[in-house]
Amino acid sequence: MMGSENLDSEEAHMYASREEMENLVLDEPSNNNNGTKSFSDYRSAMSSLADTHHPLSSPMAAPADSDPLLTPPPFRDFRNPNVATDNSSYIEPPSYSDVIFSPFDENAVNEINGVDSPGRSSDSSGFLSKSTSSSSDYVKITVSNPQKEQETSNSLVPGGNTYVTYLITTRTNIPGHNGSEFSVRRRFKDVVTLSDRLAESYRGFFIPPRPDKNVVESQVMQKQEFVEQRRVALEKYLRRLAGHPVIRKSDELKVFLQVQGKLPLPTSTDVASRMLDGAVKLPKQLFGESVAVAPHEVVQPAKGARDLLRIFKELKQSMANDWGGSKPPVVEEDKEFLKKKERMHDLEQQLSNASQQAESLVKGQQDMGETMGELGLAFIKLTKFENEEAIFNSQRARAADMKNVATAAVKASRFYRELNAQTVKHLDTLHEYLGLMLSVHGAFSDRSSALLTVQTLISELSSLHLRAEKLEAASSKIFGGDRSRIRKIEELKETIRVTEDAKHVATGEYERIKENNRSELERLGRERRADFLNMLKGFVLNQVGYAEKIANVWAKVAEETSAYTREST
Amino acid sequence: MITVVNYQSATLLSPQRSSSGSSHSPRSSSSQPYLSISVTEPVKLGNGVQAYISYRVITKTNFPEYQGPEKIVIRRYSDFVWLRDRLFEKYKGVFIPPLPEKSTVEKFRFSAEFIELRRQALDIFVNRIASHHELQQSEDLRTFLQADEETMERLRSQETGIFKKKPADLMQIFKEMQTRVSDVVLGKEKPVEESNPEYEKLKNYIFELENHLSEAQKHAYRLVKRHKELGQSLSDFGKAAKLLGACEGHALGKAFSDLGTKSETLSVRLQKEAHQLLMNFEEPLKDYVRAVQSIKATIAERANAFRHQCELAETIKLKEINLDKLMLTRSDKVGEAELEYKELKAESEEATRRFENIVRVMNEEIVRFQDQKTQDMGIAFHQFAKGQSRLANNIADAWRSLLPKLEACLS
Repeated sequence: MMGSENLDSEEAHMYASREEMENLVLDEPSNNNNGTKSFSDYRSAMSSLADTHHPLSSPMAAPADSDPLLTPPPFRDFRNPNVATDNSSYIEPPSYSDVIFSPFDENAVNEINGVDSPGRSSDSSGFLSKSTSSSSDYVKITVSNPQKEQETSNSLVPGGNTYVTYLITTRTNIPGHNGSEFSVRRRFKDVVTLSDRLAESYRGFFIPPRPDKNVVESQVMQKQEFVEQRRVALEKYLRRLAGHPVIRKSDELKVFLQVQGKLPLPTSTDVASRMLDGAVKLPKQLFGESVAVAPHEVVQPAKGARDLLRIFKELKQSMANDWGGSKPPVVEEDKEFLKKKERMHDLEQQLSNASQQAESLVKGQQDMGETMGELGLAFIKLTKFENEEAIFNSQRARAADMKNVATAAVKASRFYRELNAQTVKHLDTLHEYLGLMLSVHGAFSDRSSALLTVQTLISELSSLHLRAEKLEAASSKIFGGDRSRIRKIEELKETIRVTEDAKHVATGEYERIKENNRSELERLGRERRADFLNMLKGFVLNQVGYAEKIANVWAKVAEETSAYTREST
Repeated sequence: MITVVNYQSATLLSPQRSSSGSSHSPRSSSSQPYLSISVTEPVKLGNGVQAYISYRVITKTNFPEYQGPEKIVIRRYSDFVWLRDRLFEKYKGVFIPPLPEKSTVEKFRFSAEFIELRRQALDIFVNRIASHHELQQSEDLRTFLQADEETMERLRSQETGIFKKKPADLMQIFKEMQTRVSDVVLGKEKPVEESNPEYEKLKNYIFELENHLSEAQKHAYRLVKRHKELGQSLSDFGKAAKLLGACEGHALGKAFSDLGTKSETLSVRLQKEAHQLLMNFEEPLKDYVRAVQSIKATIAERANAFRHQCELAETIKLKEINLDKLMLTRSDKVGEAELEYKELKAESEEATRRFENIVRVMNEEIVRFQDQKTQDMGIAFHQFAKGQSRLANNIADAWRSLLPKLEACLS
């Protein structure tokens, strides 16, 4: 089943590649135009390159560089079925004799698209790859078919705002979803909403960062290139969400992927309207002294107008913390955590550096391939010229030699290009993990804001207790009791009780987030190690494979021209 | 202040540059005649703007005309230029071997790479002369190889203007050729050009060949640069990988570290290959371009000779007519005119002989040129292919050596 699928795609490749071979100039210009300067341009060029000359390019067949989940394993697994008679001791890229000249990733994509591979849980777990999951469940999301739609309500401008929606198709065998394949239409705003709600619900987790909102003029928004870039980014994002072992099970994601029509999640504007309530509350909060923070509110960090008072309090507290005020009791394993945090920071720096150097390596390989190709073309022209003008046999002999060199150079040039396409995909792992650092930051800041909330409540409690004591002391001096003071004491005791509850909840939340941090750090470490090892292996195998092919090409020419050295000695 | 830069003799490094005769050994006494020359040991002399490179030129020969079996002299670039100009002047029709260009970029003038390239090219230049059946007999060559430095300096400063064909002069000649063609097209005047279709074909071939070769050479030069750049990227990448490895630690850290080390090793290898590529592939292509340009100079010479011959032929016709007229009128100027006519006739015959000699020599030269170039390029291609093949194998071996450990980590 897998084999026959591949055969079809192989045939298609041969067809495409024959055209390629005839048209020697190939795609060099488009690569050039896309700017060898910026790596992200290069990557998009590579992906558009892959798209353009593959006849099977379906709307959803974004090449594997947009699907970080699938990078290492398909590369490895794909080669297995094809290398039946291979004699080398390791798996090599498609051999020269397979005459597969088009980018390798197309095969990988086709294999995954719609082919059930129960043994391979490539999209199920982990940040990027299959590494740990042994189960065979999978969630496969594709984003396609961007369409323009009109803003129906509240449009001040007649024929007013248009926006783009994307078709989001999910294929899954996880129970609890309605059926195994479903589609919805969503716009970017919905994705922002999803992302915001997830951030609230999953504090402490390393939530994959969503694609940026682009603040550009509406003209640019409509442009096909932008839309395509966004489509790719959305697909990557959703796939990462689906790859997260906890988040993939979230209601928010389920709802996003399944519910037709309007996305039934509270939007951030809805949340903002709660600000109005907050603003109403504020004067009371400022002038009334004993308004406690409701327990359910402490589950979220203080933000927005509704939490103004809370923000003031927590700010005061954090200042107190900074100036070494009363040591908050909730700090024990902080040192351990701080060490880990520092390590994450260090890792991020090294990843950034490695990512940059990987880009320049890719550029180096690309340039080498280009120039080699140009050299080949120049010699082909020379060959033609000498043959046409030949009067002497020595000219014909020279023309023949040149032709061999030219052919080899063109072949080598193609191999460099393929090598590079693969290198991009492998080293992409570095970029991916660098991007993931953002979510680590987010998770760590969830933790610190939760801690701050706890600390604030604790010091609030202690000051409340202090006031209660004072009042009781004062009140006890008055014989028969002090009606107003007693009332105040009662109120205070009520506030204390509420605040105790809030502190209890906040502490619980903090502990929860700490645990999430811990388990996520462990998972990150585990998966990163596996992914990086796979990346290294893939990278190295790729280099070896193509270097051998290139060596063979030139060895042949060296053989063909060996007569010259014998003559001269 | 003398800076001594030591290089090996080009005859040992570049097997394609064969010297005259069959053996390099000066000790085979009664054997084949040989003339073998080495240009070695570039040394920087002088200071500042006046600084220049001098070379040790070692001649080994059993030619009777030479002073002895071995002679060593010190020469500089302008001495080679003198030799080339003299040969060009004397051996019309011969494709004089090309010289490497004067360096225009000041700071590059004394770089190790440039010096080595030039030395190699000069060695090839002088050995090609020595292996050319006509040129090797040249007295100027003997002077060049044997005269002391003062004599050389004197000779060098004497030759100004007349023999030096500056590129500007050549351009002028070519332009004249082009205007003549356009004059014909516009019907202005009769062109004083050969109407030899084969020769026309050859001229067109040479001009077009230069274009094609220049393009190939340009890309070859870029390829050298690409090797250097890729080497640099590998080095940077290797360093970054090592740092990342230090951060990660344990097995993964070791893997990154090993990768980084390999990457740096390959970087060095690539730089080496870049150098080889420059010396053994790009330089021969450049040499080919220069050779074609030298042929263009010979083509210009032939055109000159042809024009000269035609002019004289025209003049003679007029003189003939005049002489007949004078003879009819029994003028006393007849004697004078007859003398003039005889002189002119001799001159004209001389011019015709010279022109025809050029044509004959050129025909031989073109055959030799094509054969030689096929040989030269064959060697260059072979070395290029071998170099690339070796490089790729080294790369494959280096990366492959990492695999066992990586496999172990992953299992």
